[in-house]
Amino acid sequence: MTLSEQWIALLTIIRREIVRFMRIWVQTLIPPVITITLYFVIFGKLIGSRIGEMGGFSYVEFVVPGLIMMSIITNSYGNVVSSFFSVKFQKSIEEVLVSPTPNYIILLGYVFGGVIRGLLVGLIVTIVSMFFTDLSIHNLSVTVSIVFLTAIVFSLAGFLNALFARSFDDISIIPTFVLTPLTFLGGVFYSIELLPEHWQSVSQLNPILYMVNAFRYGILGTSDINIVTAFFGVIGFIVLLSAVCLYLLSHGTRLRS
Amino acid sequence: MTTALSIRSLKKVYSNGFEALKGIDLDVKEGDFFALLGPNGAGKSTTISVICSLALKSAGSIHIFDHDIDVDFSAAKKCIGIVPQEFNFNQFEKVFDIVANQGGYFGLPRNISETRAEKYLKQLSLWDKRNDISRSLSGGMKRRLMIARALVHEPKLLILDEPTAGVDIELRRSMWKFLKEINAQGTTIILTTHYLEEAESLCRNIAIIDGGEIVESTSMKSLLQRLDKETLIFDLKNELQISPVLKNCDSTLIDNLTLEVVVKKGTSLNYVFECLNENNIQVTSMRNKSNRLEELFLSLVQNDKG
Repeated sequence: MTLSEQWIALLTIIRREIVRFMRIWVQTLIPPVITITLYFVIFGKLIGSRIGEMGGFSYVEFVVPGLIMMSIITNSYGNVVSSFFSVKFQKSIEEVLVSPTPNYIILLGYVFGGVIRGLLVGLIVTIVSMFFTDLSIHNLSVTVSIVFLTAIVFSLAGFLNALFARSFDDISIIPTFVLTPLTFLGGVFYSIELLPEHWQSVSQLNPILYMVNAFRYGILGTSDINIVTAFFGVIGFIVLLSAVCLYLLSHGTRLRS
Repeated sequence: MTTALSIRSLKKVYSNGFEALKGIDLDVKEGDFFALLGPNGAGKSTTISVICSLALKSAGSIHIFDHDIDVDFSAAKKCIGIVPQEFNFNQFEKVFDIVANQGGYFGLPRNISETRAEKYLKQLSLWDKRNDISRSLSGGMKRRLMIARALVHEPKLLILDEPTAGVDIELRRSMWKFLKEINAQGTTIILTTHYLEEAESLCRNIAIIDGGEIVESTSMKSLLQRLDKETLIFDLKNELQISPVLKNCDSTLIDNLTLEVVVKKGTSLNYVFECLNENNIQVTSMRNKSNRLEELFLSLVQNDKG
């Protein structure tokens, strides 16, 4: 397949992914916005007004970057895991497997689908957040790059989950038992400085802490962790997850008999 | 003439240890209309899955129009269009999108994919359904949709795994006509089917697979020439209690009013009627028993097991 043919195949997968989540926008775009709006109202305004400052900012200002990042993480992951498992379950993945489309284009197509949905939901949530606080950006390049890289990490993780999944239960186990706890304990709602020293160390094992804090740095200019470490960590995850996904695709794991 | 498909010593052992293919060799010439027949579980679908890389082979080689699938993977795949046995399209996508997207996976620019999608959906009488969700189509329409999808990149080799399963007679005949037309235009076709009449009327060459081995690979003509017996069914005017003894013919009484007579190929019907007359048997109607190929198929498969 020539490069231009590969480009066409990539655009075809991305287009199909966008058509899929736009067709069911009531399920894919609206619920995360409602959930995050409730967080803004309850944690940001009602409870947040009694909490006072955190990290030198009002609680609602502090919590907004974390909530935006949370919506990006859950939606980029959720898009790929449900879409790829669905085509595996219906066997329509065979349409791509019988074609000359290389494995890395298949992976890229699904990952970009997840990134686009994650960023779209993130954008809507950002617009909604402006009704609750004045949002200014401290560092645009850090903000944009960490958002993009985080969406890639969780799209890859969603792909890996879908690749191994044998049933619909398997695609809900990781989000429920791993992703949600890590997100809630990843500094979305609090600064880890509030924790005892021992739990601060434990928290630093949570990769989501780095992403949330890097994004918070981009928006507010404050972070509990080193930004350079966060970027290296995120890029490391992308490399690792990409390598694992491509290895499994090349061996036809759970796709080819 | 170029070989469209060349398989050598192809083996497939599944992870549970089941040996589905035991080293098969198969050649299909360019332009051929080829039948791959076999009982359930014989290895037909496994062979097709391995050819189009949905299953990984354990040993052997496959060349598609001289492209080794292990070496020149992309060129080999561009030559193949596959119509699988089970529906394998996204049930929530629109008919038009399914066909046009398939062109994209083969690297066709969108405008060409859309033009071809229109062409094949019209040819297969699905154009009116182009904006429908595929799930809403009838079984026959779904089969035709898979044919349109397989043709969108205009493959040189079209492989159909039981394409007329569950399709009514009228639609089956129209699909035969369509397949004959695209074969006449130069597309090589490999067909697996349970309808042996279908293979007999469409295909020029045939291979029979059983237990993961090719037990016969020859032309349809030479295979049918081997058939040296014909079975005739007579509906009788008067009831018989025992089967009559007919000279040079084997007869079996199916019921009191139905007699089955097996005659050697070339035996004149006048002779058969003379024999019946000698036994005072009056006939109201007569027909051939079953598809000729079916008898040969069963004898080949049974011989292989014996």
